[in-house]
Amino acid sequence: MEIGLTHYLTVASLLFVIGIFGIFLNRKNVIIILMSIELMLLAVNINFVAFSTHLNDLGGQVFTMFVLTVAAAEAAIGLAILVCFHRNRGTIAVEDVNVMRG
Amino acid sequence: MLTTSPTPVLNLAAAAPELLLAIGALALLMVGVFRQNQAGALLVHWLTVGLLTLAGIAAFLGGGDTQYAFGGVFVSDGVSRFAKVFIFFGTAIILILSRQYMQRAKLLIFEFPVLVALAALGMAMMVSSADLIALYMGLELQSLSLYVLASFRRDSVRSTEAGLKYFVLGALSSGLLLFGASFVYGATVSTEFVVIAERIAEGEPNVGLVIGLAFVLAGLAFKISAAPFHMWTPDVYEGAPTPITAFMATAPKMAAAVLMVRVLYDGFGPTMVPEWQQIVSFLAAASMLVGSIAAIGQTDIKRLMAYSSIGHMGFALVGMAAGTEAGATSVLVYLAIYMTMNLGVFAYILTMRRNDVAMTKISDLSGLWQRDGFSALCLTVLMFSLAGIPPLAGFWAKWYTFGAAVEAGLIWLLVIATVAAVISAFYYLRLVKIMVFDEAAEGFDGPMGGEFRAVLGLSAAVMILFVIGGLGVTEMAADAATIYAR
Repeated sequence: MEIGLTHYLTVASLLFVIGIFGIFLNRKNVIIILMSIELMLLAVNINFVAFSTHLNDLGGQVFTMFVLTVAAAEAAIGLAILVCFHRNRGTIAVEDVNVMRG
Repeated sequence: MLTTSPTPVLNLAAAAPELLLAIGALALLMVGVFRQNQAGALLVHWLTVGLLTLAGIAAFLGGGDTQYAFGGVFVSDGVSRFAKVFIFFGTAIILILSRQYMQRAKLLIFEFPVLVALAALGMAMMVSSADLIALYMGLELQSLSLYVLASFRRDSVRSTEAGLKYFVLGALSSGLLLFGASFVYGATVSTEFVVIAERIAEGEPNVGLVIGLAFVLAGLAFKISAAPFHMWTPDVYEGAPTPITAFMATAPKMAAAVLMVRVLYDGFGPTMVPEWQQIVSFLAAASMLVGSIAAIGQTDIKRLMAYSSIGHMGFALVGMAAGTEAGATSVLVYLAIYMTMNLGVFAYILTMRRNDVAMTKISDLSGLWQRDGFSALCLTVLMFSLAGIPPLAGFWAKWYTFGAAVEAGLIWLLVIATVAAVISAFYYLRLVKIMVFDEAAEGFDGPMGGEFRAVLGLSAAVMILFVIGGLGVTEMAADAATIYAR
């Protein structure tokens, strides 16, 4: 069986959906949310590279480079905020991120 | 874009305000690092105000036709310049207003003004983007700065929790936006808005394109806090330090709304208007209803302003949904007026301190009329304007968006908008009732600083005087939106 564009898009969509579910269904740990975010961005990258190869256009791969860079910066900032939150609250369980509600 | 733009590839002059701000922000970072004390932080603070003012003047004076820079991914035209003038000057005013609060909270460190300047730079990139990559970079520069700013009070649970929530949902929305962008790229083989619009005009809209459009819109709706993607707004507004709440309620709203106009009108218009009109109308209707109904039970004024901003973005989306030149004009006018109103309201919220503790309860305002007539009068004018009562500016803002929607035949949306406006008038008027008729609460600390009085008074004056020819703003916006004349 030839592996074509559709297969890549399917894998990427699955990873993306797993990422979204990881954010909303996970009740344990904020770190898992950060991992889910990375998973979503990587799914997007697979999409871009697959389209780029399929369409013979480099633009998608350039976009991937930018996404990778920004994802690294985003993870750094996310972890920094998480460290501050842990210092104040003493926990990083998702159910404890609840001082404000309503 | 090398083939379609006659200007040089690297047209740096078109991006002068951004370059000024980028280099200036980095230089100020250096100044701050080498002067690690309070005086140094204050110096960086005022220099940033100056820098933003300069960038605002550069954006205002940089007239002329539509110009592309950086090989066509960056565009400087009427719409982007209009937005940039308001973003830069609005940010400068927010910085001036935040000095006292940040000093008292021992938060005035040099990173604060630098981060605000970088967020403003990101917003300028957003409103000038002509390419999905440029859009993403601008959006992330703004968002990453705002995540840090929201959790700026590092020793407070509320502030760090606000930052954490903002970060998680913001990153999720960026993911949605990117996922959509990848499908748009797959369907059109380009990331440039001009080329995307050409390719869409050539062929029938296919499934990939519609999926891409839906995801991009969902991502952008998060950023402008439109329902049903609004859940982060109240928590972040409440938890973040008040100057940063004030910042988030003004310039980023303008930037995100104009960015949305760019994507929809430049990239997906005019061929795909029927497709996105449905989505934008739905977002508008949901935001207006959520913004007006959920705000009724609020007791915290920052939370109230959060729901108010959700509702107001809904009204701006009503104009955007029209998809016409008048629609673009109305969005620009709406956001300009909304920014001005919010600057005035937050100028007062920033002075609400009792025994050196910041107060944010609505009940703290009770009987303000007897304690401080000037502020109560100005706030009353601003509340009437937020509610959209004629002849104040808030009414004209709604007038233009409704007019654009009527032209586009969106009558059902207008019915919902009117109902939402009536419901929201209830809580704005309740605030006025609390200020004027309720028994006076204990007064706030000391005399109000001159900068707060000036901003509050000016913003109320603008609300009243707007009826005189729109103070030129309407004309400016109409001029800017001529690029969408079809």
